[in-house]
Amino acid sequence: MTPAPTTDSPPLSGRAIIDGLHATGIEFVVSVPDVCTSSGLLQPISSEPGLRLVRVCKEDEGVSICAALSFCDRRAILLMQQTGLMDSLNALRAVGVDYQNPVCMVIGLLGHEGGTDLRQSRSFGVRVIPEVLEAMGIRYCVLNVDADILAAMEAIAQAYSLSAPIAILLGRNPA
Amino acid sequence: MKPTMMRDECLRTLARHYTNQLVVSVYTTCFEWLAICPKALNYVSVGAMGQAGSHALGLALGRPDQEVWVLDGDGSLLMNLGCLVTLAGASPPNLTHFVFQNGCYEANQSMPLPVATPIDFAAIARGAGVPSALRIADTETLDQWLRSRGPASGPTVVDLAVRSSAQAYPQRYDHIHSAAAREDFRQALRARPGAGARR
Repeated sequence: MTPAPTTDSPPLSGRAIIDGLHATGIEFVVSVPDVCTSSGLLQPISSEPGLRLVRVCKEDEGVSICAALSFCDRRAILLMQQTGLMDSLNALRAVGVDYQNPVCMVIGLLGHEGGTDLRQSRSFGVRVIPEVLEAMGIRYCVLNVDADILAAMEAIAQAYSLSAPIAILLGRNPA
Repeated sequence: MKPTMMRDECLRTLARHYTNQLVVSVYTTCFEWLAICPKALNYVSVGAMGQAGSHALGLALGRPDQEVWVLDGDGSLLMNLGCLVTLAGASPPNLTHFVFQNGCYEANQSMPLPVATPIDFAAIARGAGVPSALRIADTETLDQWLRSRGPASGPTVVDLAVRSSAQAYPQRYDHIHSAAAREDFRQALRARPGAGARR
């Protein structure tokens, strides 16, 4: 499902991510728009057959919606910016970590220089994210190129098999 | 609208009309509901204050064949008022959001809400785009509404003006945070007809 990168294709393709979501059994995308992902991912998702987009006002709503969908044996992702992750930490702590629910997050990184080490980012708001997730006990992976999507798909599958949250950090803006 | 009903009277009225709804409840209302209507389809795993409506929306979207009730508090809903806009946008016809308005954070020594005057949650819901919203302050009207309501074309918000119950109910925090409660609900939901069906 994951196309091999070519010299003509973007390093991280929204189309390839969407194909990965389908392949992982995702049916719902819950989202607050994020400038990093709106054109490359959210916009195509809004008209993608087989994915229902649930537009929420605030990211912590999405944490709860994704968890509740898992009780219905439905798979979902929460698409947001890292600022939304920071704003949702209490819901994520309770609903995701304490209650061991598979809340799968795909997170755009506002202020990040694409493709570089997150911990070396000039943006404090980006540098802090790996440590925040580690402190929360939440597994994460970083998507920089299409070749990373397979690992992200496996991470989502593992989140459902282990019933645990996962964060997929977008090291580049998908195009 | 001055409340004449106590919360547990209101819950007993709802229990008389209970027909296998998935019920998401919070705090004091949850503890009273668990005592009054202890069913396997009670969803107690809200986790974070304000999130009841969002959990309920997930259930309503995930199981459109099931009716979902939310038994929310006024203080709780105020922590996540945007969920009413989200509810209006998603527009699940199988979700009814009851707001038990007693003007205080009862689980926190009954500290008052930031405003002393009653809040018109029905007006807020209508303003958010929820097609059906009403205020009820007595059990007779609630009973009549529950008897007469037909199939809904969209979500409903019911603002219930209540007084605190006279009776004390067990505060089962261990239960609502337990893995067993979550697993029991999951299995009960899987056992409902329609499980596994897709849109």
